[in-house]
Amino acid sequence: MRYSLLSVLGQALRGQRDWKPQWRDAAPKAEYDAVIVGGGGHGLATAYYLAKEHGITNVAVLEKSHVGSGNVGRNTTIVRSNYGLAGNIPFYERSMKLWEGLEQDINYNAMVSQRGVLNLYHSDAQRDAYARRGNAMRMAGIDAELLDREGVRGIVPFIDFDNARFPVKGGLLQRRGGTVRHDAVAWGYARAASDRGVDIVQNCAVTGIRRENGRVVGVETSRGFIRARKVALSVAGSTSLLASMADLRLPIESHVLQAFVSEGVKPFIDTVMTFGAGHFYVSQSDKGGLVFGGDIDGYNSYAQRGNLATIEDVMEGGMALWPGLGRLRLLRHWGGIMDMSMDGSPIIDRTPIDGLYLNAGWCYGGFKATPAAGFCFAHLIARDTSHEDAAAYRLGRFATGHLIDEKGMGAQPNLH
Amino acid sequence: MRIRCPHCGPRDNGEFSYLGDAAPIRPDGMEAQPVAMHDYVYLRDNPAGPHRELWYHGAGCRSWLVVDRDTRTHEITGVSSARDVALSRRTGEVA
Ligand SMILES: Cc1cc2nc3c(=O)[nH]c(=O)nc-3n(C[C@H](O)[C@H](O)[C@H](O)COP(=O)(O)OP(=O)(O)OC[C@H]3O[C@@H](n4cnc5c(N)ncnc54)[C@H](O)[C@@H]3O)c2cc1C
Ligand SMILES: [Zn+2]
Repeated sequence: MRYSLLSVLGQALRGQRDWKPQWRDAAPKAEYDAVIVGGGGHGLATAYYLAKEHGITNVAVLEKSHVGSGNVGRNTTIVRSNYGLAGNIPFYERSMKLWEGLEQDINYNAMVSQRGVLNLYHSDAQRDAYARRGNAMRMAGIDAELLDREGVRGIVPFIDFDNARFPVKGGLLQRRGGTVRHDAVAWGYARAASDRGVDIVQNCAVTGIRRENGRVVGVETSRGFIRARKVALSVAGSTSLLASMADLRLPIESHVLQAFVSEGVKPFIDTVMTFGAGHFYVSQSDKGGLVFGGDIDGYNSYAQRGNLATIEDVMEGGMALWPGLGRLRLLRHWGGIMDMSMDGSPIIDRTPIDGLYLNAGWCYGGFKATPAAGFCFAHLIARDTSHEDAAAYRLGRFATGHLIDEKGMGAQPNLH
Repeated sequence: MRIRCPHCGPRDNGEFSYLGDAAPIRPDGMEAQPVAMHDYVYLRDNPAGPHRELWYHGAGCRSWLVVDRDTRTHEITGVSSARDVALSRRTGEVA
């Protein structure tokens, strides 16, 4: 069923009774051309672009739980393309352009909201770094504006500009950045992929990767063996676990990142604001809740929940920047497991095992990448060569020294 | 999460900072091959389950600790001083 103004009005008159399920809840077949492990945003987008761009539709997405149960439904929904390094710039800009056309492409309301992303700076050094980053973006045709203090005041007048430790001196603004309704992205891609013939198989955990003569031949799952010529891993925080099923060790650690939402209030902030010096960022959802977060907890974790020290740190950062938050009550908080890579950048590449493909290392920033990751991973799976926009995301770069370290932190995953 | 520091007793995890997996051992300087160095610097087992790891008690006694912790539950089953662990590794004893 196509969604349109007419279908919405028609359903309203009929008491919303005739909506159909958005995609087929498929049972696994015995064999596929390609199996994608992980029904998060990336896995579903990969399946969609495999079908749409490459005509490969004999594909299954295997999800151990339900679609949207992983990080795609746990993130703080921020999208932006304000990166500074050559390997990242074209990739994230492709993602931004895909976001801009996504809703028309998949006929689904993903609530893409280009409300701007504003990164604050507090010192000369930070200003220089942002000026450089903004210039790198503009040289690549991406919008970036370096604001002074008055420019920031015009957007977020309510923050504490004269904080003694971190006075606000200005910010780097990307107006095309913003937020996208995270679970609608998962549902929209699932529906669009399913419409093109992809099987979306939920409650199907992959438990083994079967190989013959060094080549992948399929996956063992909780619902039996599934034969496949190509197996593509897209499991975010579980990446090392899946890789170990094929005896691979990866430059990845799994860490927990927490997020928070306050009670709903009237419109309070109409942009996304980040306070890097205090490890706090915030936006407001359409329901009215302030959605905010900070750093990862900083230790290996598969627990999907974090600890109070980090919660305290995030709240302190929020209060230092925006004392007006103090009266708000925290409604919920939760955690998700991040695939933190050793240089803070992702991997979209083949593996040393024939037929096994890897999309991983997204750290805390893979939601914004969802469309481009799907697009480029599908290209890799279909053609066995990297897409030019993801050409730097090679697994071998750690051995050759071609790291993409935006933050300059070195091989210390909990600092990226 | 609380870590029972051998010197300071049980302390809030906010007092500690984390380095990572305690298993990798730095290959010997001049002898080290690039492949071994790559493994040491970049590759990790990253298990879901028991994990031996290095923590630093920065807001306390400032010693390095080796902590046995389950990455699925955050349950801590053992803490020892990293110095003792390194010394016993040198003498071949188990810590
Ligand atoms: C609190 C938080 C805030 C974040 N904020 C942002 C943000 O503002 N902007 C941004 O760009 N990014 C953000 N991120 C990061 C982003 O959410 C992730 O990088 C991205 O969602 C990862 O890709 P995914 O959607 O495919 O992952 P997931 O949705 O986690 O998909 C992976 C799937 O694999 C499945 N799986 C695992 N093991 C198996 C198995 N054995 N068999 C079958 N299936 C399996 C899992 O169940 C899961 O559904 C945030 C993350 C968190 C946790
Ligand atoms: Zn101590």
